[in-house]
Amino acid sequence: MLENYLKLEFPSLPQNVGLARLVVSTFASQLEFTLAEVEEIRVAISEAVSNCVIHAYPNKTGTIKLELSIEDGLLTIVVQDYGVGIQDIMQAKQATYSTQPERMGLGLVFMESFMDQMELTSKPMEGTTVVMKKRPERGFVNAGFAGSN
Amino acid sequence: MVIETERVGTNLIVTVDGELDLETSPEFRNLVEAKLDQYQTITHLILDLKKVNFIDSSGLGVILGRFKRISQDGGRMSAINVSDQLKRIFELSGLLKIMNIYNDRKQALDNF
Repeated sequence: MLENYLKLEFPSLPQNVGLARLVVSTFASQLEFTLAEVEEIRVAISEAVSNCVIHAYPNKTGTIKLELSIEDGLLTIVVQDYGVGIQDIMQAKQATYSTQPERMGLGLVFMESFMDQMELTSKPMEGTTVVMKKRPERGFVNAGFAGSN
Repeated sequence: MVIETERVGTNLIVTVDGELDLETSPEFRNLVEAKLDQYQTITHLILDLKKVNFIDSSGLGVILGRFKRISQDGGRMSAINVSDQLKRIFELSGLLKIMNIYNDRKQALDNF
């Protein structure tokens, strides 16, 4: 059952990375995530939106589309851009691979580590879509307590 | 984000208050670089992260960049007042291997 959703579009400006973090962490708090899990989600969304700002639209400001939903206790985050796309996804996913100096190449690694699922689809010159999913670990524990009352 | 710096002998203590991400990391980089240019004798960079409530890979990147500079000149980098959340992201990124974590300023200064 779809419980809640949010659709948002904003320009690829660095100051919108923090805005996206705030929106997503507030939205995610509707589920029984622990503080540590919310922190993980904040890092994942920060990396996804930062990638749009840095890589998708390197020389201009473009549109970033953010879609959030909660369905059957599962949080889904979709971040889409219409930028330059990724030439080689396998290479981009390698830890410490980066196209730019002073960047650690850890963005995709963090997104994969901190979310339950992460899918990346991209077409050169058309754009990139990241779909990330996470379910609260303690959701089942709470359901158990509720049932015993 | 607010950044304050203080020189104690050959130590440069950088206190950061806020979130270190894509928006704020250039400010951190520029300020620390300027201080390292100004005080050429600095051999120990101490990051006080007590008031840092968020770091992502952009923030880690500028920390790593400053480590590269200070270590090229034979110096070291340490972090103090590091929360468990930050410690975890430092560990995942490999930064824990290159910098020391101390509880507080006194310990960081005593151990250098």
